[in-house]
Amino acid sequence: MGRYDFKVPVGPQHPALKEPESFLLTMHGEKIAGMTVRLGYNHRGIEKACEAQTYIRDVYLIERVCGICSHSHATCFVQAVEEIAALEVPKRAIYIRTLIAELERIHSHLLWLGVAGHEIGFDTLLMYTWRDREVVMDVLAMLTGNRVNYGMNTIGGVRRDITAEQIPQVLKAVDTLEERTKYYIQVATEETTIIKRLSGVGMLSYDDAVKLGAVGPTARASGVDRDTRRDDPYAAYGELTFKVITDKHCDVYGRTVVRLGELMESYKMIRQLLANLPDGPVTVKAPRKIPAGEAFSRYEAPRGEDVHYVKANGTDKPERVKVRAPTLANVQVVAHMLKDGYLADMPIVVAAIDPCFSCTDRMVSVEDDYHSGKNIMTWPALRSAGIDWYRKRGIDFSDLNRRLRVPEN
Amino acid sequence: MANVFFNLLIFPGFLFVVVLGMAAEYVDRKFCAKLQNRVGPPWYQPFADLVKLVAKENIIPEEADAGIFKLMPIIAVTSIITAFFYIPLWQMKALFSFYGDLIVVIYLLTIPTLAIFLGGWYSRSVFSRIGATRAMTQFFAYEIPLFLSILAPAMLADSWSLSEITVFYSKHLWLSLLNSAGFAIALVALLGKLEKVPFDIPEAETEIVAGTFTEYSGRLLAFFRIAIDIELVVGSSLLAAVFLPFGLNLSFMPGFVLYLVKVLFIVALLSLLRTIFARLRIDQMINFCWKYVAPVAFFQLIVDLVVKGIIKQ
Repeated sequence: MGRYDFKVPVGPQHPALKEPESFLLTMHGEKIAGMTVRLGYNHRGIEKACEAQTYIRDVYLIERVCGICSHSHATCFVQAVEEIAALEVPKRAIYIRTLIAELERIHSHLLWLGVAGHEIGFDTLLMYTWRDREVVMDVLAMLTGNRVNYGMNTIGGVRRDITAEQIPQVLKAVDTLEERTKYYIQVATEETTIIKRLSGVGMLSYDDAVKLGAVGPTARASGVDRDTRRDDPYAAYGELTFKVITDKHCDVYGRTVVRLGELMESYKMIRQLLANLPDGPVTVKAPRKIPAGEAFSRYEAPRGEDVHYVKANGTDKPERVKVRAPTLANVQVVAHMLKDGYLADMPIVVAAIDPCFSCTDRMVSVEDDYHSGKNIMTWPALRSAGIDWYRKRGIDFSDLNRRLRVPEN
Repeated sequence: MANVFFNLLIFPGFLFVVVLGMAAEYVDRKFCAKLQNRVGPPWYQPFADLVKLVAKENIIPEEADAGIFKLMPIIAVTSIITAFFYIPLWQMKALFSFYGDLIVVIYLLTIPTLAIFLGGWYSRSVFSRIGATRAMTQFFAYEIPLFLSILAPAMLADSWSLSEITVFYSKHLWLSLLNSAGFAIALVALLGKLEKVPFDIPEAETEIVAGTFTEYSGRLLAFFRIAIDIELVVGSSLLAAVFLPFGLNLSFMPGFVLYLVKVLFIVALLSLLRTIFARLRIDQMINFCWKYVAPVAFFQLIVDLVVKGIIKQ
């Protein structure tokens, strides 16, 4: 810290952040010299709570991990449980799940565009996109009965069927949204002040995106051609034709272009889904007790790849549920993107990963060794102890390239 | 004597300008809301905000310099109202005028910015200080183009008195058309002075909370709010007097209505500008002002000087 440097606390409470999170910026004038992130203001212990409840109740709990991508988390969890129980989910149910997933992506990306506009002081964009977001929210409310936590998934299918009268209404809404999205693409790519504020801001090169493990639109805007929907098709994505949008700008502008492009792809997918909607039941009966086993489920949420791990032990309650929300993968890149940036760019760079802090929050428990008389480890000692622990097991983290050494036996 | 007090305190003095300021704020907010596809506030909203703020407790941070912290809002309001008296409104002549009042008005207009800077700086909060520094940095970028754009018409009119400039232009109405570039520059600079998007950098909400006003509350914040509202009216009136000098020899009622229309037109132009742009970064703002705005202002000055030479011959 230089002589004229000072610290600016952004968070835990700050107008730029929608959820409590602490970014302590070391400023050199208007430039950011360093940053410390502190997570943990929003930890809710959902993973632990899941172990105490039955699978069917867990679906509703997991749905509340995130307010925006609620369907993503629920589907991801349900897929894992269905895999363990070896359930054959009806085709129609899978199509309806995918339809809700794409509608959710539309509402999430439109929300993001508005938030991005607000962060760069362009409130008109916020008002317009959030007005149009109401169209898709109304569609979701019509199909599922809810605007946010849809409650559509259940183990073995979906809880509501789509009627023939609803299909033209959805298609009409999609037409409206497609037209408006074309207008936003025009605005975002032609309006001078937007381009000035977005291009060259929050740079993340291809190599850094791969190395730091970025996911979703953040990675795709750096040219990383990675999308779970295509690479590891789940639900009905294997039967749909769509493009994976990537961009070479590597900055916030690129992330905007990717999200807007994905909106256009989502409209195409919804039309395909509704045109080929198979007939049949929407659910199969699931056993109350899930046989012992474990499963790992991947899902491309609007913010990136969402991963759930479920371990069953033969009872009606899971033994372990692990949620890795996309923000956890992306939050690492924020510090990198902010390096040598301006204070004015901080809100939009943080917003550009579309963060959802409460989904991603982890807890750190600090045990008081002082009073128990044990030695307190210093941070470097703890670090080297950790490296040693892994080295004994054949994994060497001390190397920057993180090579994985295979044990010789 | 009683007449002077009436002029100073009620019409066209303090009371009138406060009411007009709130009306201008309402027009700005409502028009902006309509452009953004929102409903917008009811007509009494600026007044309700003022009443609410005045009724609230004044909180002065322990670390702040209490004297300067309390003084600055009052200085901002008084200086900006003083400037109002020297601007010709609906007649050829301002309430008070003397040779050189143009310079005085321009300097009185800068005082609120300085008051905002000092108030923010002595709040001792990190957000206020960043805001204050930004306000000052921005000030150096827009002030010179604003000064030049008003100086150019004065050069052509060959007078340093606002009233005489207005008299000159109402005689030679077509000459004021020459100053259209200056009008555009003055509008942009006024956006910077009023700290509105795209130049609301000193109070950028998503970056530095409320900037200079972060620590202000209650009556003191109300004073700053009034000062900014009045600044909107005074700035618009100045622009109307210099760049739209028509219809000034009408009788009182039509003249007064025409004046209101002119002011509200400029206010509406400002709100249109603040709806269609995103906020610039401070370095981009400085670049923009010195690369594009200042040269155009110089160009305006040269045009006026050349025209003046032609007229003299």
